[in-house]
Amino acid sequence: MTPTATTARGEHGSHGEHGGHRAPAPAQTRSPYALSHLDALESEAVHIFREVAGEFERPVVLFSGGKDSIVMLHLALKAFAPAAVPFTLLHVDTGHNFPEVLDYRDRTVARHGLRLHIASVQDYIDRGVLRERPDGTRNPLQTVPLTEAIQQHRFDAVFGGGRRDEEKARAKERVFSLRDEFSQWDPRRQRPELWQLYNGRHAPGEHVRVFPLSNWTELDVWQYIARESIELPRIYFAHEREVFQRSGMWLTPGEWGGPKDGEPLERRLVRYRTVGDMSCTGAVDSDAVTLDAVITEIAASRLTERGATRADDKMSEAAMEDRKREGYF
Amino acid sequence: MTNSTATTDPFAGLAATTLLRFATAGSVDDGKSTLVGRLLHDSKSVLTDQLEAVAHASLSRGQETPDLALLTDGLRAEREQGITIDVAYRYFATPRRRFILADTPGHVQYTRNMVTGASTAELTVILVDARNGVVEQTRRHAAIAALLRVPHVVLAVNKMDLVDFAEPVFADIAEEFTAYATELGVPEVTAIPISALTGDNVVDPSARMDWYGGPTVLEHLETVPVSHDLAECHARLPVQYVIRPQTAEHPDYRGYAGQIAAGTFRVGEEVMVLPSGRTSTVTGIDLLGVPVDVAWTPQSVTLLLADDIDISRGDLVVPARDAPSTTRDIEATVCHVADIPLTVGQRVLLKHTTRTVKAIVQEIPSRLTLDDLSQARNPERLVANDIGRVRVRTAEPLALDAYAESRRTGSFLLIDPADGTTLAAGMAGESFAATGAATATGTTDDEEGWDF
Repeated sequence: MTPTATTARGEHGSHGEHGGHRAPAPAQTRSPYALSHLDALESEAVHIFREVAGEFERPVVLFSGGKDSIVMLHLALKAFAPAAVPFTLLHVDTGHNFPEVLDYRDRTVARHGLRLHIASVQDYIDRGVLRERPDGTRNPLQTVPLTEAIQQHRFDAVFGGGRRDEEKARAKERVFSLRDEFSQWDPRRQRPELWQLYNGRHAPGEHVRVFPLSNWTELDVWQYIARESIELPRIYFAHEREVFQRSGMWLTPGEWGGPKDGEPLERRLVRYRTVGDMSCTGAVDSDAVTLDAVITEIAASRLTERGATRADDKMSEAAMEDRKREGYF
Repeated sequence: MTNSTATTDPFAGLAATTLLRFATAGSVDDGKSTLVGRLLHDSKSVLTDQLEAVAHASLSRGQETPDLALLTDGLRAEREQGITIDVAYRYFATPRRRFILADTPGHVQYTRNMVTGASTAELTVILVDARNGVVEQTRRHAAIAALLRVPHVVLAVNKMDLVDFAEPVFADIAEEFTAYATELGVPEVTAIPISALTGDNVVDPSARMDWYGGPTVLEHLETVPVSHDLAECHARLPVQYVIRPQTAEHPDYRGYAGQIAAGTFRVGEEVMVLPSGRTSTVTGIDLLGVPVDVAWTPQSVTLLLADDIDISRGDLVVPARDAPSTTRDIEATVCHVADIPLTVGQRVLLKHTTRTVKAIVQEIPSRLTLDDLSQARNPERLVANDIGRVRVRTAEPLALDAYAESRRTGSFLLIDPADGTTLAAGMAGESFAATGAATATGTTDDEEGWDF
């Protein structure tokens, strides 16, 4: 064997002929059994849903009406068809939601006959348990209502739509992520995750966060939404809206505290890449009114989803890791 | 030839492509971060705001050029120490394929993380520094790839720019590594001379190494086969969940849901359910709500059977003509992944596919030293990052395949029943493929050879 023809076995041996021309890539790289990447990701996510259904007593799916949680619910519906989804839903409501999204949330819950729990940040503020931040941002305030809802309902598995491509701390997240009785994440004490053997064992009071979309990217989510013809809230598509600029982002005015003096309103053609608290979720300039146009736009974008539209991740280099340690998703 | 167009094509990943899971392994200074950074960067997977964040963080640390390692080191402790502690998963795409990269740390104390990354990988890239050649760490990485039976191994001989792009340097390293890996039973090695820093043979072919006729790293990643001849695989379906709607529309529906772990299943096929041994016929296969005639790994499906037999989570559906034997005595190689040791006599839980049973560690016949593949006899215990042979007795019979035959139905976890800690990753059967004479004639000396 010549040293460069280092293939012990297989068709790649022809690549290594000394002084030879560059060998063409094999024409057939796709066996009839190879799944498309969307089919592979779908199959993996369904496997994760069914593992949780098989091993846990009281699972819950976090559902905000955002695209990732919408895809999660769609996958759960497919995983257990023709039976009903064996999970309830939980929405941590910041009180600063886009009305279109709340409308979508309620219609979806009704259509599938699901049960929705709501943990309300506004309630916590009204009761004096949480205090409004000076910047009006409520995303960081979600942690307490979330963790208390988990304890109160004794949920032992909590599905989240987090993806590892979103943020570098999330890139380290396991699919099954054990949280202690304070919902804390300790990245240095994570269980190794081997093969597809997810270890969901936990002590009473502890729970497991489960991320079926771990291996999906933003583009995968959009391609899957297009392939499956999944309905979305309208704010994901380009529309004219009154917005104002703060910290380089286009924000929607509202009772949450915007705009302030010197933040003039203007009417722009925009859409949202993520859906979250109105005070820190920015719109992007866009004329994409169809799924195909959105996909084309995402594929060409030079900004990440969070970099483009989330103010709260920019607070420090480890903002996400720090919030996750406290119990945030 | 059509070269990769990943660098400029904004529509990369839009078509129905396939998915390749791969892992990287390399010592601290072999240039792994640079290679990963270049693959991500040149495939448009590093976006402007991420690069800006890295540049900003690098500057504030007094570094003049952006440190691409900051892209992948996501945890506070990792950035503080400047090392990678945990596996991170990265995503990028070209028009031909989507990639999931398990970026694993190179330090020896993180062997468990290399095992984690390799367990789901179909390909491993092992980096060596062209100036140093095959070193102890390289052999360790090759041994892990062989143990975990990663189907494809790429040897990336990096820093060719520092050895004047000299062919003999590459040829000697490739030959030495291939001989070693082949002896371990690695089925396929592809050696590629690269410079991650200058980009030679990473995405684009190098003009400075015209003596090399093979693929670039990315070309190879794009074209390596991701699925094998399923006709030869034993079909296996671990039952995850029984679907029983009990609605007016579906009063009698009873489906056995699971992800096909290996092989193919067809409607009309006679199947056996283990461990009970009862048989029936497949009357229908639902592929997430759509009836199909045939389904294969790794599809998640629901099987419908002709007979109303007792089947529940943890059972294994197999073709009646090709059933594995069931056993309560398992011999396996394990990689110990927990900080508390594994000892002879310890009571554990064993999770195999969808079944978790009580088990006891009967014996630890040997512990492998990855550095030189020597072994210690009867070590009594395994500690974090140790790899050893164990004999385990289970409370109930299990239908295990040899790991060599099926990575999915030949693997298992050992779990601490007290607090749920994952103790060890197990691979049933022989550990290394016995292809070379060396494996067959391993000596019994403690310090020499290995007969795993």
